Amino acid sequence: MDLIDSPEPGSNTPEFTVSEVAGSVKKLIEAELGWVRIKGEVGRVIIARSGHMYFDLKDDRSVLSCMTWKGQVSGLGIVPEEGMEVIAEGKMTASGFQSKFALNAQRMTVAGEGALMALLEKRKKLLAGEGLFEESLKQPLPYLPDVIGVITSLQGAVIRDILHRLRDRFPRKVLIWPVAVQGAACAPEVARAIKGFNAFSVGGSMPRPDLLIVARGGGSVEDLWGFNEEIVARAAAASDIPLISAVGHETDTTLIDFVSDKRAPTPTAAAELAVPVRHELAAWVDQAEARMSTALSSGLTRRDQRLRDLARALPKAQSLTDVPQQRLDTVGDKLGPALMAGVQRRSIKLADVSGALRPGTLQRMIANDRKRLDVLSARLGPALGRSVTSKSDKLAVRIARFDPKRLMKDVQTRHETLERAVARMVDGGHRQIDALTRKLEAMDRLRMTLGYKATLDRGYAIVRGDGAIVTTAKAASKAGVLEIEFADKKMTVGGKSAKPSKPSPKPAASPTDQGSLF
Amino acid sequence: MNDTPALDVNEMSFEQAMAELEKVLGQLERGDVALDESITLYERGAALKKRCEAKLKEATEKVAAITLDSDGTPTGLTPVEGL
Repeated sequence: MDLIDSPEPGSNTPEFTVSEVAGSVKKLIEAELGWVRIKGEVGRVIIARSGHMYFDLKDDRSVLSCMTWKGQVSGLGIVPEEGMEVIAEGKMTASGFQSKFALNAQRMTVAGEGALMALLEKRKKLLAGEGLFEESLKQPLPYLPDVIGVITSLQGAVIRDILHRLRDRFPRKVLIWPVAVQGAACAPEVARAIKGFNAFSVGGSMPRPDLLIVARGGGSVEDLWGFNEEIVARAAAASDIPLISAVGHETDTTLIDFVSDKRAPTPTAAAELAVPVRHELAAWVDQAEARMSTALSSGLTRRDQRLRDLARALPKAQSLTDVPQQRLDTVGDKLGPALMAGVQRRSIKLADVSGALRPGTLQRMIANDRKRLDVLSARLGPALGRSVTSKSDKLAVRIARFDPKRLMKDVQTRHETLERAVARMVDGGHRQIDALTRKLEAMDRLRMTLGYKATLDRGYAIVRGDGAIVTTAKAASKAGVLEIEFADKKMTVGGKSAKPSKPSPKPAASPTDQGSLF
Repeated sequence: MNDTPALDVNEMSFEQAMAELEKVLGQLERGDVALDESITLYERGAALKKRCEAKLKEATEKVAAITLDSDGTPTGLTPVEGL
């Protein structure tokens, strides 16, 4: 089985199977390393659907695969996060299936408190950045909750302290959701409990609490670490039920304290914040009844007193009327004389005014007006006559100026002028026609003298051959028939037809043809 | 008392009844309400006081723990004694 000292290759030493080698490697690793503690930085973390957790541990040079089985996760102590400096404990193991070795981590702690605090600061910054610490998100606590939900461990002093203090102040219904308050299971269980209480319905068999208290006693930073986990803080921030956090001692501050609606320094203090003191309230209520009675009776007494006071202050009826009576008397005395004086004053004024008012005056005024009317009406007739007369005079002048004889003479004159103009026009017309006739006759005479007919009278004759004028003997010899025109008539002679000078049987026909030449 | 006339005294929480009672007391003690109204106020105050007392009497302790199944789901309640 010694792999290293095997003989040179090719010898007949029996071969190993792959599984045999893998098994040997696994045995070697597990025997040599066994249980180890390894310090390193957590690389990426994967929690598989099966519940197993796979992660890497690394330093500046190497990476080691790690895995924690589902059943081991709760015992791990903390949940590894990328970037966390941790010390992991567990067994080294090798897998022949994949030719890989790995650490089966079963316990894990954060390497040093400084590293933990740095991690906490990082988370605080993250959640503060998301606004989860805002004062405006804090809900007021109910004055007197009917049901209080407490999320803590059933073991230990914490739940006892809370119940004792509640009992002292105001016994209530308390529902306890038991959770692990340290270790890896703490954070998921607490978060689940917060969500679980919020899911209860009001008045159900498991009544929904009006107030939640998340509590844990004091411990080391590592012990309290579950309350620094992000899931716990987010669940507390999301809670619709007002929540008091009471984790550790007064000096311990965990992440949940920043998101809770109220932070109590201790579990006992949480119970004090949760409920008022019953007997104090009872005393107040008793007092209230007494105050109410006192207030009512003192109200009555006060009214009674006030009534008496007012009644005392009320003056006697006689004293009320004395002064007005006196005034009435005084005024009454003055009334008669005042009336007389008033009447007198008015009668004087009337006399003044009526003095001017007499029938004579009125009649005088009427007579005056009538006189003026007469004058004006007398002027009215003549004025109208004058106007008519002046207009008829103007008409007479115009009629006188009108002369019919002159008009007739004018018509006569214009008539004569017209006749003269017509005679002149007729005369001119005749003269023009005579002149034109004479001119025509003269021109006709000229035409007669210029025509060839006149030369015929002077002994000349015109010879034509075949219809054309013959001027040469040569042309005459060629022509068939010669026609000679004399002053009185035409005659035909000779011709090429050898018919000697037989006159044309139809001399009358020629002149029509010849006529066309001229 | 004119602010919330519709609110039934018997449905008030202790805190509401107490606040209302405080208000009634204030009005009565100031003495600036009419006589008729002060009597109405007194009657209302008495009812409120009764409600407060009733709520104070409901001071019985009952402690139970939630039972969870293996998955961590709540299944019921179990009384808790001796804590």
